[in-house]
Amino acid sequence: MDPLNALLALTNFVLIPGIAYGSQLALGALGVTLIYGILRFANIAHGDVMAFGTMWVILGTWLLQSWGVSLGFLPTALLVLPFGIVITILYLLAADRLVFRFYRKQRVRPVTLVMASLGVMFVTNGLVRLIIGPGSQYFEDGERFIINVREFVAVTGFEEGVGLRTAQATTIIVALIVMAVLFWFLNRTRTGKSMRAYSDNEDLALLSGINPDRVVMVTWILAGGLAAIAGVLYGLDKGFRPFTYFQMLLPIFAAAIVGGLGNPMGAIAGGYIIALSEMTITYAWRRVVAHLAPEGWEPTNLLQVLSSDYNLAVSFAIMVLVLIFRPTGIFKGKTI
Amino acid sequence: MSVNWRNIFLFAVMGLALVMTGMYQSWTLALTILNMGLISSIMALGVNMQWGYAGLFNVGVMGYTALGGLAVVLIGMPPVGEAWSAGGLGVILGILIGIGTILAAIALWTRMAPGKLRVLALIAVLTGGFALNRYFFLPAAAAIESVNPASEGYLGGLGLPVLLSWPVGAVFAAAAAWLIGRIALGLRSDYLAIATLGISEIIINFLKNEDWLSRGVKNVVGLPRPVATPVEMRQYEFVFQMSQMTGIPINRMATIASMAGFALLFVLVLAILMWLAEKALNSPWGRMMRAIRDNETAARAMGKDVTKRHLNIFVLGSAVCGLAGAMMVTLDGQLNPGTYEPLRYTFLIWVMVIVGGQGNNWGAVLGGMLIWFLWVQVEPAGRWLAEVLTSGFGVDSAVRDHIMNNVAHMRLLTMGVAMLLVMRFSPRGLIPER
Repeated sequence: MDPLNALLALTNFVLIPGIAYGSQLALGALGVTLIYGILRFANIAHGDVMAFGTMWVILGTWLLQSWGVSLGFLPTALLVLPFGIVITILYLLAADRLVFRFYRKQRVRPVTLVMASLGVMFVTNGLVRLIIGPGSQYFEDGERFIINVREFVAVTGFEEGVGLRTAQATTIIVALIVMAVLFWFLNRTRTGKSMRAYSDNEDLALLSGINPDRVVMVTWILAGGLAAIAGVLYGLDKGFRPFTYFQMLLPIFAAAIVGGLGNPMGAIAGGYIIALSEMTITYAWRRVVAHLAPEGWEPTNLLQVLSSDYNLAVSFAIMVLVLIFRPTGIFKGKTI
Repeated sequence: MSVNWRNIFLFAVMGLALVMTGMYQSWTLALTILNMGLISSIMALGVNMQWGYAGLFNVGVMGYTALGGLAVVLIGMPPVGEAWSAGGLGVILGILIGIGTILAAIALWTRMAPGKLRVLALIAVLTGGFALNRYFFLPAAAAIESVNPASEGYLGGLGLPVLLSWPVGAVFAAAAAWLIGRIALGLRSDYLAIATLGISEIIINFLKNEDWLSRGVKNVVGLPRPVATPVEMRQYEFVFQMSQMTGIPINRMATIASMAGFALLFVLVLAILMWLAEKALNSPWGRMMRAIRDNETAARAMGKDVTKRHLNIFVLGSAVCGLAGAMMVTLDGQLNPGTYEPLRYTFLIWVMVIVGGQGNNWGAVLGGMLIWFLWVQVEPAGRWLAEVLTSGFGVDSAVRDHIMNNVAHMRLLTMGVAMLLVMRFSPRGLIPER
C-alpha cells in the first residue's frame, strides 16, 4: 500500500497530460462555440484553420531559428505566435468576406453555412498541405523539461516521479491567460457585451443599434486568435500533422457540445471533461493500482479499459451520452 | 416527360471526355476512371437521397463505405478454421455479452423509476458487463490473431459468392446509420453532422485495430472477384478476336475485358438504383420528403412524423453508400482500412453532389463521374500549372522543389474552390432539381 506513489504516478501520467490536452481542447472549443453563438452554425473548418495558423508559426519559427533568435528556455514559437494569430485572423476575415457573408446576408438555413464551411475546410486543408506538406513537423525547442522525472526521483527519493514538460506548462499558463482575457472582454467591454446581446437575441440587438457587421468581425477575430493559439499549443505538445488537426474536430466539437454549444464557460468545462475522460479511459491503470493493492495482490493485466487507438471513440461516446440525456449540454447552450 | 436535351448533352460530353482519355492516354486508364466514377456516382446518389430529398447533412460517408467493404471480407473470404477453433467461441460469447449488457442497460433505464438507485444499477450493469466482455473477448481475440499472423490471423469470412456481399454491405451500413440516426436525428442539424463525422472516424479506427475481424492495417488481399481475372480472360475466344481486330496486345485486351466486366456490373447496379430512386422521388413518398425538407414545421403540422421520415431516408441513403463501398472493395480486390481518408471518401462525395445538382439523381450521377474524372486528371494538370507558376524561381530553387513535392495536394484546393464557386454562383448545380 503506497497511496503517495500512486498519486504521483496518476499526476504524471493522467493529470498533467490531461490538463494540458484539456486546455488545448478548451481553446479550440471556445472558438467553435463563439462562432456557433454569434453566426449560428457549426464551423467544420475550425480544425484546419488551427492547422493553418500553426503552419505559419512553424514557418516563422524556422526562420527565426535560422537567424539564431530564440526565447531561451521557452519555445521560439511563442515569439512567432502573434504573427500566426494575425495571419489566421486575416485568413478568416477573407473567408468571411468571400464566402460566409453572402450566405449570411441571404439568411440561409444554418446547414448551408455548414456546407460553406466544408468548402472552406477543403481549401484550407489544400493550402496547408500544399505549403507545408502532409507530414509531421516538430517545432518544440528551448528547454524540454521544467521538472525532469529522473531528477524528481533523485531529489525526493520517491519511487514514482512527476515530470512537467515546458510545452505542457506553457499550454496551461497561456490557456489560463487567454481565457481570463476572453471573459474579461465578453463581460466587461462594450463590444463584448454587444456580442453577448447579439447572441442572446439577434433582432433585439439590432433594434438597440448594435452593428451586426462589427459583431461578426470581432467574432472572427476572436475565433482566429483562439484557433491559432490552440493549434500552436497542441503542436508544441504533440507535434504538428495536418490530418491530426482535422481529426481534432471531433473532440473539440464534443467538448463544445458537452458544455453546451454557444456557451464559453461550457466549452472550457467540456474541454477538460473530454480530455480527462480520454486519459482515464485509455490509461493502463496497472501502475497506479499496483501501488494501492496490498502486497501480493498486484494486478497482472494492464487494467486498460480501451486501447489508446480509440481515444476518438471516448470523446464520441461522451458526446452521444450528452446528446441523449441532455441535448443542450451540461451548461445550457446558446448564450454567450 | 419530355426529353431533356441539355442533360443528354452533358452526359455525352462526359462520355466523350472518357473516350478521349482512352484514345490519347490509355483505355485501361479510361476504364479505371469509369469504374471508380460509377462507384462514386452511387455514393453521390446515396448522399443525394439524404441531402437532396430530405436536407440531412451526413459527413460520415467514409464510415458507411468502409462498413460495406468489411462485408466483402466477411462474406467473400473463406473461413479460417483454425482461428475459429482457437477463439471463435470466445469472440462470439464476448459480443453476445456486450449486446446483452446494452439491452439490459436500456431495459433497466426504461423500467426502473428515476432516482439514484437507477443510476447506480445502470453503472453496475455496464461495468459488470464490460468486465465480463473483456474477460472472454480479449484472450479469444489474441488467440485468433496469433493463428498464422502473416497471412491470416483473423476469422475469415463465410466463403459465399462475393456478389452477395453487396446487399450485405448495404445492410451493415444501414444498421450503423439507424443507430446514429436514432441518437442524432431530431436534434439540430449540426449535431447530425458532428455525430456522423465522429462515427465514421470510429468505424475506421475499429477496422484498423480489430485485427481478428478485418486484419487491421495488415489488409485483407486476394478477395474473390465476380468477374474473370485478366489471366482467365485470356483464354476466351472473344478476347482473342477483339485483340486481333483492334491490334491491342492480348494481355492488355484481357485486362480491358476484365475491367469492362466490372463496368457492366456497376452500370447494372447503378441503373437499378436510379430506377428505384427516380420512382421513389416522384412518388407521394418523395413529394412528402421534399415537403419536409422545404418546410419542416408545415409538414409537421400536416401530421407527418418528421423525425421518423428522416430516419427512413438517412438509413436508405447510408445503405446505398454501404453498397458502393462493398463494390469498391470488390473492384480493388482488397480491404485496406489504412487508406480510408475523410477528404477522399466523405468530402469529395459532397463536392460531387453539390456540383452535380442537389436534389437531382441524374445530377448526382453526373457529378460523381465528372468530379472523379477531374480528381484523377487534375493532378497532371496541377503539376503542369505549378511548373509554370514556379518557373520564375529557377530550376533548383528549394521553394520550387518543395511546392512540386506537395503538388499532389493541389487538387484538394481545386475541389474546394470548385465547390465554393458552384455553391455561390450556381447553387442548383449542373442538373438542377425539377
